[in-house]
Amino acid sequence: MGDSALRRRPGGLIGLERAVEFKFMPRASLFVTCIVDQLFPDIGVALVEVLERIGWEVDFPADQTCCGQPAFNTGYRDEARGVARHFLKVFRDAEYIVVPSGSCAAMIARRYSELFEHEPEWLEEARRLEPRVWEFSKFLLEVARVEDVGARLEKVVTFHDSCHGLRELGIKEGPRRLLGRVRGLELREMDISEECCGFGGTFAVKFPEISGGMVRTKLDSILRTGAGAVVGIDASCLMQIRGALSRAGAPIETMHLAQVLARR
Amino acid sequence: MATESELKIAATLADGRLQEAIYTATARLASHRRAVVATDVLPDLEELRTQANLVKNHTLENLDHYLEQFEANATARGARVVWARDGAAVVEFLAGLVSEKNARLIVKSKSMTTEEIDLNERLAERGTEPVETDLGEFIIQLAHERPYHIVAPALHKTRYDVADLFTARLGVEREIEIEKQTKIARRVLREKFLAADIGVSGANFLVADSGTVVLVENEGNIRLTTTAPKVHVAIAGIEKLVPRAQDLAVFLRLLGRSGTGQPLTVYTSFLSGPRRESEIDGPDELYIVLLDNGRTRLLADREKRQSLYCIRCGACLNHCPVYRKIGGHNYPWVYSGPIGAVITPQYLGVTHQPWLPFASSLCSACAEVCPVKIDLPKLLLDLRAEVNQAQARQGRNRLERLAFKMWAWLMRHPRLYEMAGLMMPVVLSGGHGWIARLPGPLNVGPARAWLSQRDLPPAPARSFRRIWRARQEARGN
Repeated sequence: MGDSALRRRPGGLIGLERAVEFKFMPRASLFVTCIVDQLFPDIGVALVEVLERIGWEVDFPADQTCCGQPAFNTGYRDEARGVARHFLKVFRDAEYIVVPSGSCAAMIARRYSELFEHEPEWLEEARRLEPRVWEFSKFLLEVARVEDVGARLEKVVTFHDSCHGLRELGIKEGPRRLLGRVRGLELREMDISEECCGFGGTFAVKFPEISGGMVRTKLDSILRTGAGAVVGIDASCLMQIRGALSRAGAPIETMHLAQVLARR
Repeated sequence: MATESELKIAATLADGRLQEAIYTATARLASHRRAVVATDVLPDLEELRTQANLVKNHTLENLDHYLEQFEANATARGARVVWARDGAAVVEFLAGLVSEKNARLIVKSKSMTTEEIDLNERLAERGTEPVETDLGEFIIQLAHERPYHIVAPALHKTRYDVADLFTARLGVEREIEIEKQTKIARRVLREKFLAADIGVSGANFLVADSGTVVLVENEGNIRLTTTAPKVHVAIAGIEKLVPRAQDLAVFLRLLGRSGTGQPLTVYTSFLSGPRRESEIDGPDELYIVLLDNGRTRLLADREKRQSLYCIRCGACLNHCPVYRKIGGHNYPWVYSGPIGAVITPQYLGVTHQPWLPFASSLCSACAEVCPVKIDLPKLLLDLRAEVNQAQARQGRNRLERLAFKMWAWLMRHPRLYEMAGLMMPVVLSGGHGWIARLPGPLNVGPARAWLSQRDLPPAPARSFRRIWRARQEARGN
């Protein structure tokens, strides 16, 4: 990997100006998240495809597991801290950490400092890491500064705003701008795109009826758009939505934003 | 093994008409709010919210000072301030007042604080049940229910429900038009106002530098409750204080907008003392009851203290996808929605209904609209941790605790995590399609709960890390 890091960034899609600005080939360290690793690896593959296409070198710190959010959100702070410390160790030297999830990115960038408020050393580690954590769409637009990744997909889609991405990281227009540059794609907004899908981690299995009621409300809104696919930035919301679509027998796909942008 | 709360929740979810009523009513309130906080009509919304948050924080940090200041100023204007530790103290005071004044009828305006101490029931036991004069509360009182929503107590009642209720309880002809129902209520209530000896109200704000009680409403019944009877008793939690009259410029702009989507409510009353000699309207006597009822205990917790900032606008309920499914009566106490889930465990104890702080998807829609910027999701998370600690001490919920310990251990050992992941295709082997059911032995616990509502994804042949490794090997890295 050594000499490839010195290679010039290809200028095609991003323009010569940007290529000159980054003399060295920049490297993005993937945190694919446990759910993508174990259940939806295609999302990770798509992520790598897009990042490499726009000229980034991608690396995958092999010891990564989970950010600790399942334990944190279920009220198991000690367990969450243990997993968070592991994460901080694994990604200590990463320059850009790219995460295909608004929820996991928010956990790391917003909640780690709460988790370690009484542990100064780890708090410092967490604070040092915070600015290096990037949700995928934010990374494309704010770090790589690419809006058009050269994707093509002939499809009518609708976009689901994931709660943590939307309300904790302020992700709203970004994914829509990226989708707007996908050739052949038509975005049709839901009337309640910002309403929670009802996943909520362990909430989905602790209160299945409430969670199920919430996702069915979301489904009605999705169906009203007539879209053939629901696009989102979080695999967990998409699992909830797809699981409900499948149960309802609705022939609508779910796609992670990375999967849309990887198509051409 | 469904608990009583689970069964009640399931019944609400299965009631299509109720679901429709809750969803439309909350959607309407939320859309009214959106219209009046839009950037072009209220460009300083964020500044107002921040200011409100800071004022509440400052007031609670100096509550002792402002309480005494309020008492001094209210007393100077002729009001009498009564300090009540809890609901029992309020009931004692009011019962005493009833016998002192030889009162036969009490009219009452809408007040969550009085709901919190079951004032009506407890006064009824003493022989004088107050008559509710807010239309929603009037309906609820006739139905012998408690409020469904902080600002819209009868939100779950359709006009047909109300028609049946009025016929059954008031003996009037069945009337399904809302305007006509309102007229019926008004006719019944007018007589009560004129005959009442005591009027009981809550308070939206207490202004320390003038000793003023501030009340907002839309129906005019609060005006009548607080002025027609000879005696007015305002019952307020001690957190209702604001330091100065000019602080109201912040709070009044936020309260109506957040709650019902009104720039200002129809009536805003500023009550400073009883009627003076030169004045025509107003009661001869004004009592202001300052209620603690556990608030000082909340005040002692530096983090959760912010739940006392709440101005009871109900916006968090209207935007909460959980409230909008389960409604107001599945919450264990009078306060429902996100704010209810946050304050109930603090007032009644975290182990009283341990499920409550967990009944949230943590979507943060509540925090986004809260006019005083209470960090509700964070407080829910803190309470979850507290519930778990309390349950660990009691030796309850052992299985889940053990599962999370094992899970966390696995997540710190990447090799073992990977090996455990190899089991995934064995468990979730659905071919290519999504999985609707699992074989008996696997259809347990969280998998069963998940499958009760939706399908599970088939496990991929290889995890991402294995795909990545194969790729790197192929590339000779």
